[in-house]
Amino acid sequence: MSAAIDTSPVPATKRNPLRRALPFIILLALFALAAVLAPLVAPYDPNAQNLLGRLKPPGTVARNVHYLLGSDELGRDLLSRLVWGARISLLVAVLSVLISGVVGTVLGMLAGYLRGPVEMVVMRVVDVFLSVPAILLAIITVAVVGPGLLNVILVLALTRWPRYARVAYGQTLSIAGRPYVRLSAFMGAGPLRVLFRHILPNILGAVTVVATLEFGLMVLFEAGLSFLGLGVQPPTASWGAMLSTGRNYVATAWWIATFPGLCLFLLVLAANLIGDALRDRLDPHSR
Amino acid sequence: MTAFLLRRLGQALLTIFGVATLIFFLQRLTGDPTYLLVPDTATQADIEALRHALGFDRPLWVQYLSFLGEIARFDLGRSVVQNVPVADIIASRLPYTLALAAGALLVACGIGIPVGVALALGRDRWTARILAGLVLAAQSMPTFWSGILMILVFAVTLGWLPPSSTGGIDHLVMPSVALGLLSMATFARVTRTALLEELSKDYVRTARARGAATGRLLLRHLARNASIPIITVAGLEISNLLAGAVIVETVFAWPGLGQLTVQSILARDFPIVQGVVLLGSFVTVALNLLTDLLYTVVDPRIRLGGAR
Repeated sequence: MSAAIDTSPVPATKRNPLRRALPFIILLALFALAAVLAPLVAPYDPNAQNLLGRLKPPGTVARNVHYLLGSDELGRDLLSRLVWGARISLLVAVLSVLISGVVGTVLGMLAGYLRGPVEMVVMRVVDVFLSVPAILLAIITVAVVGPGLLNVILVLALTRWPRYARVAYGQTLSIAGRPYVRLSAFMGAGPLRVLFRHILPNILGAVTVVATLEFGLMVLFEAGLSFLGLGVQPPTASWGAMLSTGRNYVATAWWIATFPGLCLFLLVLAANLIGDALRDRLDPHSR
Repeated sequence: MTAFLLRRLGQALLTIFGVATLIFFLQRLTGDPTYLLVPDTATQADIEALRHALGFDRPLWVQYLSFLGEIARFDLGRSVVQNVPVADIIASRLPYTLALAAGALLVACGIGIPVGVALALGRDRWTARILAGLVLAAQSMPTFWSGILMILVFAVTLGWLPPSSTGGIDHLVMPSVALGLLSMATFARVTRTALLEELSKDYVRTARARGAATGRLLLRHLARNASIPIITVAGLEISNLLAGAVIVETVFAWPGLGQLTVQSILARDFPIVQGVVLLGSFVTVALNLLTDLLYTVVDPRIRLGGAR
C-alpha cells in the first residue's frame, strides 16, 4: 500500500471534501442506475407470487427460481422487489425535493427581497408549518388526501417547502443589500430580473446543501409512511412496506426486513455524506 | 423582561392559532370532511345525518369560528368511533409516550454528550474515527430498521429482552434506544462543535497556560459556555422524539400516542388524529418558548428583549 508520507501540498483535511465523499457518490449512482434500469436489472417479476416458494432463505432455489436474497411471505423474489423499490424511493425523493425546493426557494426569495406584507405573510406561514412536527403533518395530510404514490409526493412537497423558504429568505436578505444588487435595481432592473439574475445564483449553493440533506430525509419519510401503511400501496414494492412485512416475520424470516433496511440505510447515509461534503465545499466556515 | 415574555407568549399563541387554521383547512382539502369519517359502506342517508350532526353543513366561516372556539376551550371533540372525548383518550395514552420519550432522551444525552466531548477533546485518532463513524451511522439509521434489527438480535436470537408491548422497564429498553439513536447523533455533533468553538477562545488558552488540567477546564468553564447550543438542540429534539414515536411505537406495539394516531387513521377516527397533531404542535411551540427562557438562566449575559 501507499507510504504513510502525505506528499500532497495541502493537508489532508483541506482537500476537496467531495473527493472524500466519492465512494458514496458512486453508491448513490448505483442506486439510481438500479432504479432507472429496474426492468433490466431485476432477475424476476417483482410481483410474481410463488406460493410454493414462500419465506425461502437467501440462496434457495425453488421451482427454477433462484432466490438470491430469499423470498417474502407470498414467494416473491426479494432482490427483484428491492430493485423496484429503489425506483419508488428515488422517484418520491427526487420529485418531492424538486417541488418543495422550487416552491420554497421562490417564496423565500420573494419574502426576502420584497419585504413588507409579502415577507410577513410568507414567513408567518413558514413558522406555522415548522411548528407542526414534520412527520405528523405528513401523516395528517395523507389521512385527508389518501395514500398512493402521487399523493405521497405532493404531501412531502407540501410539508417540506418551508425549510427551503427559510434558508432562501435568510440568504436573500443578506445578498439583497449588496451594492451591485442595489445598483442593478437602481438602474431599472425589475424585481424578477434582480431575483433571478443576481440573487438566485448566489443562494443556489445554500439551497442545494439543504436539498441534499432533505433528500435523505424524504427517502426516510416515504419509507416511514409506507411502513405505516399510509404510503405507496401494495403490491407496489416499497422498502418501507417490505420492512413492515419483515416486522411480522422477524422471528422466522430475518431477511425480509434486513435487506430493505440495509438499502434504506445505505441510500440515506450516502445522501447525508454527500450533503455534508457539499456544505464543507460551498461554505467551509459553517460546521 | 416582562415585555419580552408577553411578546414571546403572544407570538406563540399566534403560531398555535396558525396551526389550528392550517389543520382546519387541511381537513377540507378534498372538500367535505364528512367523507374522512365514514366507512366506504355508508349510505347517502348516513352521510347526510353525520354531516348535520357534526355541523359540516354550516357555512365555512361558522365552522371555522366554532372550531377555533373549541380549541380555545381545550375541547378536542369526541372520537367518532368510541364516542368518548378525544382529550380522555389522549390522556390515557400520553404516559406511555412520555415514558418512551424520556427513555429516548436519556439514551440521546447519556451517550451523545459524552461522545461529543470525546470527539472534541480526544487525542486518539482511531477512537475518534470509530466514534465519528458510529455517529454518522446512527444519523442515517431508519428507526424502524434499527428497531427490527434489535428485536431480531436481542429478543429473537439472544432472548435477553421482550420483543414488544408493555410490561416492566425491560420493555422500554429497545424502543428507547431505537428512538434515541438519531437524537444521540445530533447531540454528539452539537456538543463537539460547541466545545471546539469554546476551545479556540482566548480564555481557554489562558487557563491552559496557567496549568489548568483539561478535566477542570471542562467542568469550570466549558460546560456552561457550551451548554447553550446543547439546550437549543434539546428543545428541538424533544419534539422530534415525540413525533418519531409514531413509527417506533408501531414497531414495538407500544400503546402510546403514536400507535393511537396510526390506529385512528386506519379506523378513520379523524378527531383523534387532529387532537394528536394539535398537541404535538402545542408542545413544540411551548418547548421553543421554554428554550428561549432557559438561555437567560444559563447565561445571564443574554438580556432577552433588551436590544430589540
